[in-house]
Amino acid sequence: MIPEPKVVNTIINGDSKQILISERDSLLEALRDRIGMTGAKEGCNNGNCGACAVIMDGRLVNSCCVMAAEVEGAEIMTVEGLASRDELHPLQAEFLDNAALQCGICTPGFLMSSYALLQENPNPTEEETRFWLAGNLCRCTGYDKIIDSVLTVAKG
Amino acid sequence: MQAVNYARATDVDDAIRLLSEGGQNARVLAGGTDLIVQARERTRKVDLLVDVKHVEEFMVLEFDSSTGLKVGAATPLYQVYGDNNVKINYPAIVDASTVIGGKAIQGRASLGGNLGNSSPAGDSLPAMIVLGGVATIAGPNGRREVPVGEFCTGPGRNVLESGELIVYINFPPVGDGEGAAWERFIPRNEMDIAVASAGAWVKIEDGSVTDARIALGAVAATPLVASDAAEALIGKPLTDETISAAGDAASEIANPITDMRGSIKQRKHLAKVLTERTIRTAVERIR
Amino acid sequence: MHWLRQNYRFSTYGRQGLDKKAQLIGELSIMVATEKPQYKIIGTRPRRPDGVDKVTGRAQYGADIKLEGLLYGAVLRSPHAHALIKSIDTSKAEALDGVHAVITNADLVGSGQTFTPTTAEAIESGTYWQALEPGKASPRWGAENILAGPKVLYHGHAVAAVAADDVHIAQDALELIDVEYEILPHVVDVQDAMLDGAPILHPQLRTGVRAAGVDTRSDIETNLASHMRLESGDIEKGFAAADLTIEREFTSSQFHQGYIEPQNATAFWSHDGRINIWTSTQGSFMARDATADVLGVPVAQVKVVPMEIGGGFGGKIPIYLEPMAAVLSKKSSRPVKMWMDREAVFQATGPTASSYSKVKIGVTNDGTITAAECLFAMGAGGYPGSPVGAGVMCALAPYKIDNQVIDGLDVVLNTPKTSAYRAPGAPATEYAVESVMDEIAEQLDMDPIDLRLVNVAEEGVKNSSGTPWPKIGAKDVLEAMKSHPHYLSEIQGEDVGRGIAIGFWFNGGMESSSSARVNKDGSIALILGSVDIGGSRASISMQLAETLGVTYEQIAPQVTDTDSVGYTAVTGGSRTTFAGGWVAYELGQMIKAEMISRASKIWDISGDEITYSDEGTVVGPDDAEGNKRAFSFNELAGKLQATGGLIAVSASSSHTTQGAAYGGHIVDLKVDRDTGKTEILRYTAVQDVGTAIHPDYVEGQIQGGIAQGVGMALNEEYYYDSDGHLMNASFLDYRVPVANDLPMLDVEMVEVPNPGHPFGVRGVGEVPIVPPQPTIRNAIYDAIGVRFYHTPMSPRRVLDELL
Repeated sequence: MIPEPKVVNTIINGDSKQILISERDSLLEALRDRIGMTGAKEGCNNGNCGACAVIMDGRLVNSCCVMAAEVEGAEIMTVEGLASRDELHPLQAEFLDNAALQCGICTPGFLMSSYALLQENPNPTEEETRFWLAGNLCRCTGYDKIIDSVLTVAKG
Repeated sequence: MQAVNYARATDVDDAIRLLSEGGQNARVLAGGTDLIVQARERTRKVDLLVDVKHVEEFMVLEFDSSTGLKVGAATPLYQVYGDNNVKINYPAIVDASTVIGGKAIQGRASLGGNLGNSSPAGDSLPAMIVLGGVATIAGPNGRREVPVGEFCTGPGRNVLESGELIVYINFPPVGDGEGAAWERFIPRNEMDIAVASAGAWVKIEDGSVTDARIALGAVAATPLVASDAAEALIGKPLTDETISAAGDAASEIANPITDMRGSIKQRKHLAKVLTERTIRTAVERIR
Repeated sequence: MHWLRQNYRFSTYGRQGLDKKAQLIGELSIMVATEKPQYKIIGTRPRRPDGVDKVTGRAQYGADIKLEGLLYGAVLRSPHAHALIKSIDTSKAEALDGVHAVITNADLVGSGQTFTPTTAEAIESGTYWQALEPGKASPRWGAENILAGPKVLYHGHAVAAVAADDVHIAQDALELIDVEYEILPHVVDVQDAMLDGAPILHPQLRTGVRAAGVDTRSDIETNLASHMRLESGDIEKGFAAADLTIEREFTSSQFHQGYIEPQNATAFWSHDGRINIWTSTQGSFMARDATADVLGVPVAQVKVVPMEIGGGFGGKIPIYLEPMAAVLSKKSSRPVKMWMDREAVFQATGPTASSYSKVKIGVTNDGTITAAECLFAMGAGGYPGSPVGAGVMCALAPYKIDNQVIDGLDVVLNTPKTSAYRAPGAPATEYAVESVMDEIAEQLDMDPIDLRLVNVAEEGVKNSSGTPWPKIGAKDVLEAMKSHPHYLSEIQGEDVGRGIAIGFWFNGGMESSSSARVNKDGSIALILGSVDIGGSRASISMQLAETLGVTYEQIAPQVTDTDSVGYTAVTGGSRTTFAGGWVAYELGQMIKAEMISRASKIWDISGDEITYSDEGTVVGPDDAEGNKRAFSFNELAGKLQATGGLIAVSASSSHTTQGAAYGGHIVDLKVDRDTGKTEILRYTAVQDVGTAIHPDYVEGQIQGGIAQGVGMALNEEYYYDSDGHLMNASFLDYRVPVANDLPMLDVEMVEVPNPGHPFGVRGVGEVPIVPPQPTIRNAIYDAIGVRFYHTPMSPRRVLDELL
């Protein structure tokens, strides 16, 4: 049984979807547990780690701090929608080539945040990049290669 | 998540109705970056979320050089600090809102939400106070205005009555000779709750400080209006001595606790340091 | 410092093979004894095989698993630091619509093979509290850390668990479980826990004493689980010969591994008794064996499928949720998925131990250490087993010290049971020793690196356990630090200081197993028992490809479950590239031998006449007509089926020839006197990496370790209130470094190959977490003249010293 069930109409990665959620669900829970899109991760469930970051109506948000019911009529972009049919997004490719992931659990969140950064500021400095990405925690890399990758993609 | 329902308000009256009919555990859902977490962690009893983000009045961002700035209670921070008029005229709001919780939080969080959450450490509160922010509140008995400095009554508590909500916050127009700034201290470089924060607004005419407002955050049960600190500046030219006196007064009025985020000694010291720093920055910004 | 990022700094063997870019920017090379072979694949930077899935969100981590009929689990945890459980009433929870099962420790009853259940009778009759043999653990403790027995021993200790249709209902159910507690006095400080009259956690615990000549008793109720001692030489003589002796005391907080992915486990207990577990674990075999122990079932009944894992650092070696999920599944006849919320991760999974250290070192005026005496006490948490033993073995490891005594105390207290955390025990003990060394260098007016060089351990020198070192890179690291541009640069600015420190970790060996199958097109399926946390699929595949002279791309590695591959020890202990690589090398030798054997069949000549070249070709002598005879690997693979079938080989091996790792760090930092905040300006790590198989991932391991060490040094700690509650169980207040807390971290890799590995591999992952605490402590002294004796050196503590 789903407590407080509700149908929500939304667009995810360009696809119109009608999904059955609970009014108690966060967007993160709806993505992961209701429709099986597990790219966004739960790291803390209280907005402090960025592992759940997605883009909602063009803005970077933590999906654990959005109620699933709120996305009625909204457009969501997740990491699953970053690559085109034929190729990886330059950020994804650079992260891979530059070893910007070790365990990879923070990677979807970082990719969405970096994507949002470059939409906003196509040529950030290292300082601006680190500040923008401060809301995404990584425990494996010490951030070096992630920052490096974003700056490389910005230049390219 | 505890058992909650979700309702989307169609206009301000509808929001008030949903809130009133929803009972004492109905809450306004703006950005949700505090409320959703509290509801999930069951630190706040919530059974109805009234989403106001589809009502224009809650989402406005309007500037007029003669009437000032109007920010809807649910207008997201990224819009506020991204606005050129805000950047030019109200940089203290930019100081605070660019560091609340990180970029993803700022995609949703709002000044109204920060105010409504009424945390003594709310980053934007001292900035809004010194800028003379006034909140317009609406409820079953109509509308009223409350200066931001009088809104919070204790940690997590405020003057809102049953069924009331914040609609928008007004900031008076900026005149010549005025400057303001806000700064906080945190142990890391982002993502922390303020250990202490200070906002300063200064007006200088003919080489003397004719008016000043100092407010402190995270050093008492509510944000503090540090009148004595402002008094130390007013009616005289601004000097290192007057700035230091203002800092001392701020430290004196600060009434912090020792907790996992800071000690009394540390917070009283920071009250002085941050007051002095924000006064200096405010002055640098005077046009 | 941005130019350092573009020009990858890499110290190579001898003068040959100096990196071209390094030459261009005037790099220094390190003279190393042997000449590095010209590898074709080792030392390159290919894409990892699991990478595309991880950047597209398709990789399946433990909590991502989807199964038909899945239920969701949740755990009720103790609100008290120390209490007796008088009763647990689960009836209201069980009655809630949507709840399928509720369990407590009473449900952890298996067939009684290795496990002795905690029964009410045992508790009431007093046999439960009967004294254990000194130093011995109770067979019940493993299960009791999973779900509490008669007592809860820390805030957050699991008490009950439920399985329900939905996470929300599961959480609702927790609120309906009534637990009656009798609160007991608690203790959360390691020194307090050792005092007479301290609250006793385990009345049946007796101290295990592995030390001669100490007066520690093993016949009384205590929180001291064990007392060990390493000693050699004569410290009285040694100190008598010293011109200068410094003795200092230090404390450090508990630190959590802080992996971004919380623990998870999904289990299905089928009607035939088979238990399938999907979990993010560092060791699927350890998880299998530990789960079988707790459940009291044969190991063969349990299959663990390792999912992708979002970080571990040692913290995902123990089991927490696996037995709970299994029993919930048994009771509900459905698969049950569980994951910890972040609060539970901090409250109830092992951080590393808090510590108290006392270090006394005596030197002659030229800096030679004549004696060292150390005492280290570590807080194990609710059950014995802090890493004090490893800490003791590492404390003096960088140095040649003939006269030394080191005592290690393992102390229980009302905090979560510790787990391994990256070089467990070493950061705390080496922090203390390196801090004293810095004070000695100052008092002798010696360069701090020179002081280390005077005493550095080399091959043949005996370590604290009395065994002589094999070839190690400590001296190479120190020399590289001394000549590094960072160390040679001027320190500029007010309140800016520089510090250095060196660190050591021994790295693990243990058993690894793999199998390989050569397919008809020459591609090779490599089945690994090692869980891949950070790129080991790539590094092990690279070693197999190098061995066979084939391409990296034709190796298809796969991590598999405990039924499908031989026993493999944990991914941890800096052992995976070493041990996995050894097995890959052995598989490679087996494949080469078989390939030669097939060619010999085809050419109808003896195998002795056939060679396997470095390019992966199988070459025989010219035939009678003078034609060349050779097959490429792929060509010969195409003939395997006709000559006896495809090749399938397996190997399990356990090598004890792991190489120890030394790292030395240099930091420049600035302290804001008004706020006490430290800003890292420049950070350089020099490390002996043996042979860097995939240099990017080696560098990444070092950078990650530095970041964790910086967190320990500056802002991470566990806060307890006066009731023993952990106050900062969230990423908001457990302050790991964020992206703008750090500059780019420069890594200089020195390659001193490990003679005990076919490619010279040493473990690299752990030692980088060891130097940061003392490096930063020493730099803060240089900046503002304050010596700290506690970590973290948070702004609050710095202000305390300055105001």
